[in-house]
Amino acid sequence: MAKYLLKRLGYILVSLFFIVTITFFLMKAAPGGPFASERKLPPAIEQQMNEAYGLNDPIIKQYGDYLVNVVKFDFGPSFKYTGQEVSDIIKRSFPYSLILGLEAIFLALAVGVLLGVVAALKHNKFGDYIAMVIAVLGISVPSFIMATILQYIFAIKLQALPVARFESFAHTILPAVALATTPLAFIARLMRSSMLEVLNADYIKTAKSKGMSERVVTYKHALRNAILPVVSYLGPLVVGILTGSFIIEKIFGIPGLGNEFVVSVTNRDYTVIMGTTVFFSVLLLFSILVVDLIYGLVDPRIKVTDGGGKE
Amino acid sequence: MKKLLEVKDLSVSFDTFAGEVKAIRGVTFDLDKNETLAIVGESGSGKSVTAQSLMRLIPMPPGKFTGGSIHFEGEDLTQKSEKQMESIRGQEISMIFQDPMTSLNPTMTVGKQIAEGLIKHQNMSKKAAHDRGIELLKLVGIPNPEARIKQYPHQYSGGMRQRAMIAIALACNPKILIADEPTTALDVTIQAQILDLMRELQEKTGTAIILITHDLGVVANAASRVAVMYGGKIVETGNVDEIFYNPKHPYTWGLLGSMPKLDNEDEELQAIPGSPPDLLDPPKGCPFVTRCPYAMKVCENHMPEYTELSDTQKTACWLLDERAPKVDPPESAKVGGSKVHG
Amino acid sequence: MEQLKLNNADFEPISDKKFDTEKIAGESTSYWKDAWRRFRKNKLALAGVVIIILLGIMSFAGGPISGQNYYQNDLMNANQKPSAEHWFGTDNLGRDVFARTWYGAKISLFIGLMAALIDLIIGIIWGAVAGFFGGKVDEYMMRIADILYGVPYLLVVILLMVIMPPGLWTLIIAMTITGWINMARIVRGQVMQLRSEEYVMASQSLGASNSRLLFRHLVPNTMGPILVTLTLTIPSAIFTEAFLSFLGLGVPAPLASWGTMSSDALGSLQYYPFQLFFPAFFICLTMLAFNVIGDGMRDALDPKGR
Repeated sequence: MAKYLLKRLGYILVSLFFIVTITFFLMKAAPGGPFASERKLPPAIEQQMNEAYGLNDPIIKQYGDYLVNVVKFDFGPSFKYTGQEVSDIIKRSFPYSLILGLEAIFLALAVGVLLGVVAALKHNKFGDYIAMVIAVLGISVPSFIMATILQYIFAIKLQALPVARFESFAHTILPAVALATTPLAFIARLMRSSMLEVLNADYIKTAKSKGMSERVVTYKHALRNAILPVVSYLGPLVVGILTGSFIIEKIFGIPGLGNEFVVSVTNRDYTVIMGTTVFFSVLLLFSILVVDLIYGLVDPRIKVTDGGGKE
Repeated sequence: MKKLLEVKDLSVSFDTFAGEVKAIRGVTFDLDKNETLAIVGESGSGKSVTAQSLMRLIPMPPGKFTGGSIHFEGEDLTQKSEKQMESIRGQEISMIFQDPMTSLNPTMTVGKQIAEGLIKHQNMSKKAAHDRGIELLKLVGIPNPEARIKQYPHQYSGGMRQRAMIAIALACNPKILIADEPTTALDVTIQAQILDLMRELQEKTGTAIILITHDLGVVANAASRVAVMYGGKIVETGNVDEIFYNPKHPYTWGLLGSMPKLDNEDEELQAIPGSPPDLLDPPKGCPFVTRCPYAMKVCENHMPEYTELSDTQKTACWLLDERAPKVDPPESAKVGGSKVHG
Repeated sequence: MEQLKLNNADFEPISDKKFDTEKIAGESTSYWKDAWRRFRKNKLALAGVVIIILLGIMSFAGGPISGQNYYQNDLMNANQKPSAEHWFGTDNLGRDVFARTWYGAKISLFIGLMAALIDLIIGIIWGAVAGFFGGKVDEYMMRIADILYGVPYLLVVILLMVIMPPGLWTLIIAMTITGWINMARIVRGQVMQLRSEEYVMASQSLGASNSRLLFRHLVPNTMGPILVTLTLTIPSAIFTEAFLSFLGLGVPAPLASWGTMSSDALGSLQYYPFQLFFPAFFICLTMLAFNVIGDGMRDALDPKGR
């Protein structure tokens, strides 16, 4: 187990190294200097700023410095907001995104699994059709359109919930729902087909032949097995929620990390772009590790051992 | 005296998109304590549906009883509520399935799967059920049961899984054990072990066994009586010796002819040409008419009645009518050599 | 007991066997015919096809029908509600939303189709080569694909959009630069699976040549999942384009897509919700149509699924 973890951590480090390297050189290759979008600076001042930010060093030295700093969780200063460190921006904005993301993940999992199970149990009946219509619509309506629809109906027309910002739980409801829509629909479909398959499995017949009640058969025997594909979808789910947050946070004016990323992209604030990208990658790689560990807990056939990896 | 199980005229259909599939059509048989009844037939003959109907495991809908009764200890199972059935399943009648690879829950330890029924039917504590689980695993011949009970099915070999399956089925000392092709998915050497185990356990517990199979070799080894099914009907029934040495139905002849025999190795195996009838639109007369080499005009439109050949043997075939031509069973249907053991 | 009246004639053997015991129920049809038959039965998927065809026609005919163009500013008539003159109203620069919607359809559908097509070409070549040769070639090619696959798609697209000059083709290139991996993985999986299937071995042992094997067996049998993936790539590309537009990284003006139109309308959502309604509605409709077609195809092409 310890050896497995170590090995996985090794892989994560290697992947991170590649990601840092690629983003660094991509950003160096970007057209226009970092201060180009500002009003024209006198050459002397630009020269001075380049000096201050270490942009006059040879590229290899810049790269080396950056690598060393990244390890210390120091992504340098923002080009756009003078006096702000990228790491401070991340520290400040990440909690919002974390709360929102966890809410959305919880919502997508809980409602998605429920819809899928209901659809499977009511196979080819009214409940199934309703659940699947919701699922197809959920997949077809992009999160940002869902967000504006929700905002328009619940915040502007009905005035039931706040339009934007992030101050209380009520503020998080609409963005979390919008963020959860697509993965929710996807999970519902996944859960339905897997549940249908499991309900036809031989071991369900075995459980019934032991005299187990419908409830025990469904929830104790079928659900645990049917949920396995959903657990393997957790990785893509985290990715989806994360990238979805770029746009949802923008629409709802939430000062989260996704929004910071988007703003940095529009401003061509290269250090912030690099910093957030690297941070996102760390987040994702660790989430995927956690998901794999969870999968090992849920499915006894997958051994998380020294052999490493899935069977 | 009442028999343990009496199935009378049982019919089960399935509603499908194509229409009503009449899977079994008026099946009658009975079963006594300590007895092993084999139900033999090819795929689609209705033998598995019969087995699952006894435990009401057929999903309804699309399945439905269209007639007949299943009397277990004098009570009609077709009339019971789902709740009442729950206390019969596992407790009074239990079942083992064909494929031990898929019939155990992969995410639950074997111990828990055994304990479940004990806790439900016999109000055992978790601890007591666990201890009984170890006993049961020992009983079915799994070595090192204390460690094995904590393992998951994927850590067991195929034969061991079927043993575990038997332990689960026998946990509450059921009066009837239904074994639906229990050895089909296993290696030949393991097959014999499992059959021996079942016989041994029957001697110990007195459980009646219904053995569903298509393999006459298994029948000869394990059963005391045989019912041959074809096209959703029992076409011939009798005790093992009668079916093997004095079969009267051409389908039974066909089955015996397609069984490999040790003593005449040169002879080719006889296949029964054709395929079973379409149960969406079952034939009016004898279901075997399309494949029967002795088919007569009457067979097409009239289902033959059972002719009682002895106290135990009954055959439904027009060839047994006095007006029919005399036909001798083909050479291939003769079971050569000594008496079938078992 | 019913009394049967039988005479001896009834007990004559049936002389000529009129039963065709080896008859196979149902006529045998080819895989594609069969799939098409099943697909046709799926009303929802058929409706999806009709919607896409209509959208395709309207993307060309829409502008001329209304007699308006998509780029004419008319600030005097900005932000008008739908009317006889402007069927879908006008936007904040007074441009006709109806004409812009169909122009946007052209751009959005073009992006979707182009992205899917490029994904398909790269994916098939990469996947087929890796799958067919196997061994070391496969290992290296797929390791590369795996590394790229691990990076979140949208993150990569956004980073690429940052460093490349804005434009329609920039968008398509950014989307396809990692988008083909999914297709490649599917093609390779199919080829690998088929390579080990017995009928391929049977065919090989009967002396079929490599090219015959490839085109008679492998290609037709891998087509199913590929077609489904292709169908589902189109809505995902349209989605990505709209997503990027919302972030201000979409096609630059004067080009308009449903994404940029929605994004432009967002600011005035409170006052002119219809400006958002039309492009957003058509994005959803298109994605819905492609999704139901994809689902229908999956069900139709996989006989085991039913």
